[in-house]
Amino acid sequence: MRFIAYTLEQVGAIAAFAGTFFGQLFRRPFEGRELIRQMDETGSKSLLLVLITGCSIGIVLSMQSRGTLARFGAEAVLPNMLALSVVKEIGPVITSLVLAGRLGAGIAAELGSMRVTEQIDALEVAALQPFKYLVVTRVLACVVMFPLLTIACDVVALLGGYAESLLSSDLDYRLFVDQAFSSLRLSDVLFSTAKTSVFGFLVSIVGCYSGYYVRGGTREVGQAAMRAVVIGSLLVLVADVLMVRLSLILFGG
Amino acid sequence: MSAPEAEIVVKELHKAFGDRKILRGVSVHAERGSTVAVMGGSGTGKSVLLKHLVGLIEPDAGEIWVQGKRVDQLNRSDLNELRLRVGYLFQGGALFDSMTVDENLDFVLRRHSKLSRRERIEQIHEAIAWVNLPHAAEQYPAELSGGQKKRIALARAIILRPDILLCDEPTTGLDPASVRTVSDLIMRLRAERGITTIAITHDLLCADIIADHGIFLSRGRALAEGTLNELRSSDHPELQAFFG
Repeated sequence: MRFIAYTLEQVGAIAAFAGTFFGQLFRRPFEGRELIRQMDETGSKSLLLVLITGCSIGIVLSMQSRGTLARFGAEAVLPNMLALSVVKEIGPVITSLVLAGRLGAGIAAELGSMRVTEQIDALEVAALQPFKYLVVTRVLACVVMFPLLTIACDVVALLGGYAESLLSSDLDYRLFVDQAFSSLRLSDVLFSTAKTSVFGFLVSIVGCYSGYYVRGGTREVGQAAMRAVVIGSLLVLVADVLMVRLSLILFGG
Repeated sequence: MSAPEAEIVVKELHKAFGDRKILRGVSVHAERGSTVAVMGGSGTGKSVLLKHLVGLIEPDAGEIWVQGKRVDQLNRSDLNELRLRVGYLFQGGALFDSMTVDENLDFVLRRHSKLSRRERIEQIHEAIAWVNLPHAAEQYPAELSGGQKKRIALARAIILRPDILLCDEPTTGLDPASVRTVSDLIMRLRAERGITTIAITHDLLCADIIADHGIFLSRGRALAEGTLNELRSSDHPELQAFFG
């Protein structure tokens, strides 16, 4: 009972925090310089991790699926299967989960440490609107960068899959590309990539919320970072179920 | 209700966090250009009192007046306007650790002044020279010593030329030489700019240098008030223990 009450309380508090975000979003000042800095931080410092993740997904998926497909005499559809599974589901979700770990924890730890060292109070006292400067910019950066990083992950995963296919079966590059893209619809690509903006919003809003209201010291900052990763990852998975359901309603199977 | 004439007036301030009563009817009075030291042991509500003065904490009861404005009743925009006239020196400095020293100062200046970049740079150099750290401009806070951080934080607190300076333990954790340096800088502010200062401190050397009036807090109440000598000569056991 206590767990349910705590969970509901947290959901309400995060929703109120998200409400404040939307309330501040279109108010001046717009903090363009800080937004660009955050986008750079989010993008450039996560890119290598995302690329390595994507490459390994592509290679592993290709290796694992080849044998299974061969048993059904369907080895030829490997590029189609790779493209569909990577672009529609695995790329967006794995990228978002990896980023939930890296960025969710990072944002919570950074804001948490700013809170306990009174840097957020210093912004407040200097009339510098800390919510706008710290939260709005980070959330917007994640909303923009998650889809871009997902595209990078998808591309590298397909390249990894192709590289593995090349080593195993000497598959022609053009044939691979033709087959891979023949099964993808534009709506699949757009919707699957765009949904990561929602994941970016959820991960960053939870990270910001966890860090922004930390009380105590370094122990509490660590706990906030851990909470941000756990809640952020769970929200990504739950949101994915809802988004997939929505895409089926909008675009069919 | 008419506004008091004194620069800072706190009347019967009460604040509790949950069941813990931190402040139980504290009153403070600071005339323009004066320096008041709020003293007392740890956990007596000194920092909580100071944060009320800039609206960082809302009181449960009582009145807070700064420059004739009732802080606890100001809207966001008026509160921010008032905050620009108040410099706040935080206990740990609270310098933005992702920025260099000059970026720390420029960040505040850029937002709240219409100065050109060149004028801002001049003002920043003047401020860090004033705290005797002219070569620290390019350094990050992590590269500074405790005393240097406090001095840069002081430079940031006064970069907008405020009328009031609030200091939360300005000399805690510093060696005696740094205590004297920081205290002297606070004194110079009063002499050169007529700034009104409220300093939370349990450092007697600092209090002796900067304060012309002292308040001693104990268990959320003002136990005694007067000049430092009056407080020192009190026969109350808590004050005797504090002043040694």
